[in-house]
Amino acid sequence: MTAVGERAPAFTLPDTSGEPHALDGSPVTVVVFTCNHCPYALAWHERLIDVARDFAPRGARMLAINPNDAERYPRDSPEQMRARVQQGEFDGVPYLRDETQEVARAYDAKTTPDVFVVDADGAVRYRGAPDADYDDPAQNAAWLRTALDAVLSGGSPEPAETQPVGCSIKWKP
Amino acid sequence: MRVELLFWAGCPSHEKALAELREILAEEGVDPRAVVVREIETEGDAASERFIGSPTIRFDGAEVQPQPNEPAGLTCRVYRRRDGRFSPTPDPEDVRDALRDARAQAHAAPPTGHSPLAAAAAAAAMAAEEERR
Repeated sequence: MTAVGERAPAFTLPDTSGEPHALDGSPVTVVVFTCNHCPYALAWHERLIDVARDFAPRGARMLAINPNDAERYPRDSPEQMRARVQQGEFDGVPYLRDETQEVARAYDAKTTPDVFVVDADGAVRYRGAPDADYDDPAQNAAWLRTALDAVLSGGSPEPAETQPVGCSIKWKP
Repeated sequence: MRVELLFWAGCPSHEKALAELREILAEEGVDPRAVVVREIETEGDAASERFIGSPTIRFDGAEVQPQPNEPAGLTCRVYRRRDGRFSPTPDPEDVRDALRDARAQAHAAPPTGHSPLAAAAAAAAMAAEEERR
């Protein structure tokens, strides 16, 4: 289990083009477990991509990871992931496939979405939901934005942890 | 009218959906306690019920936002709000419209029973509805 303050598990996962991605010591990295088939993940998706776009000039990086069992949930197949990327839904954010689900287990990811903010030293600084209400776009991923602002300015996120809300990770049998 | 809410416990949206459904029923003059809440627990149940995701709301068997091409299964159902947003629960106005459609269908349908009593009761109900209009 990965708790706030602990070191984020290292990983290397392929994106939808097969390119590998890893934590690279960027000033701050958002690791978000997400997927194609979950309405909560879809409801928050644009807000998350907006965060990636808004914070990229300050050195922030976002990695989206789909860990779901695609056999039971075909909408989460690599082909369906690629289709969304090709349609421009990720706006440059790498969409990674966690085929073995080892990364999701290492992070103890619970839901899609489940957001982790990792600082330049590799420590988890925030974990939870993007904001308080998937159904209210005006929330604008406020918890995540606050956490990124805090890390980038040398402070501590407040809150540092919230309850992740969404569909359960679809583990393989 | 038969009002059903089918849910799968792996998706956290059914409580909100049930609360919104009951609110709409009350606003439309239907007893909110009339909702039959049924849990779908297995893939087999999902297949036999044609359950494509949680929550699923049916009025006399007709679904809110029907999605006939979706496969049955234990998952969260994806709805679209009227402004285009994705949501785990249906737009309340879609629920309201589906309820009104089902009531209109029920009133337009011929009596299903063959007994003179059933036919007379249906005719009386239709006459009363006409009277109200």
